[in-house]
Amino acid sequence: MAQGKRCRLSDTKPGDRFRIEKVDVPDPVLKRRLLDLGFVPGGEVKVGQRSPLGDPTAYRVCGTTIALRKEESDYIYGETIDHDG
Amino acid sequence: MMDKTYTVALMGNPNTGKSTLFNVLTGLRQHTGNWPGKTVTHAEGECRHRGTLYRIVDLPGTYSLYSNSADEEVARDFLLFQRPDVTIVVVDATALERNLNLALQVLEMTDRVIIAINLMDEAKKKGIHINTKKLAAKLGVPVVPISARNREGIDALLDTVDAMAHGRINTNPLSIRYSPEIERGIAKLLPLVKDVMGDTYPARWIALRLLDGDTSLLQALKQPPQPLIKEGNAYACCGSVKSV
Repeated sequence: MAQGKRCRLSDTKPGDRFRIEKVDVPDPVLKRRLLDLGFVPGGEVKVGQRSPLGDPTAYRVCGTTIALRKEESDYIYGETIDHDG
Repeated sequence: MMDKTYTVALMGNPNTGKSTLFNVLTGLRQHTGNWPGKTVTHAEGECRHRGTLYRIVDLPGTYSLYSNSADEEVARDFLLFQRPDVTIVVVDATALERNLNLALQVLEMTDRVIIAINLMDEAKKKGIHINTKKLAAKLGVPVVPISARNREGIDALLDTVDAMAHGRINTNPLSIRYSPEIERGIAKLLPLVKDVMGDTYPARWIALRLLDGDTSLLQALKQPPQPLIKEGNAYACCGSVKSV
């Protein structure tokens, strides 16, 4: 795992720690929702388990676990800062 | 002579112990559970403290008031149209960062807010110390630490509710400054909003929502539960939204 690589949250693997740089969503309501759930620029996300079918994935953010589908995590950009799986 | 009954709304993120606090305050056995989205519509009960009767309303748990889910609209509409005498925002002491998002949104809508920091016992176990005085000074409203399930801090909370309901507390809620572009938009809209809506509603907040293109709010304002909008002007307000 190359550290500090720019990627989408959907590109991460379970165990990754990810820092959010940008939440770039075409749909303003979904953007608002993601921000309200704690996916804010500068925020840190710990990637949890993936569901058996590969989607959705659990993310630990601001002390709560939130499951996102790929079409949502696709819009969250940042970098992987660590992996402690 | 009948004394006035004051309305107290309980708000907060899912799973912060709102319903536990509601039960402690009202003595009702409303079912509480450990999963989010449980309180679908609001529950009501009564509570008497120092001779005053309070109507306690338990609103659905939400992370926000702006994502336009049914739960969030219930909570938002209650604040906007029922205008409770006191709104208690219940926040989780172990996840303040997440919880203060909603608290700040409520502070933009009303200045009659008390922040109840719940789960103080859990925070203590996790070694989290919260400077409630500093938080109160920053937010500009009273902050009361409680542990609803251990019935700790409830008297202090009710005393604060009592003082606020009877107008003995002056608050100065934190007002968020937005980017110059947004502030210009607010300044432009503010007189129009005040003209149409009067002083009944939080004008700056409505201006912000209009700039955000909140169509759900416009729908709610067009058909409020009571006739609160001056007739004839409602459409002018809606029509001017996009042009600003």
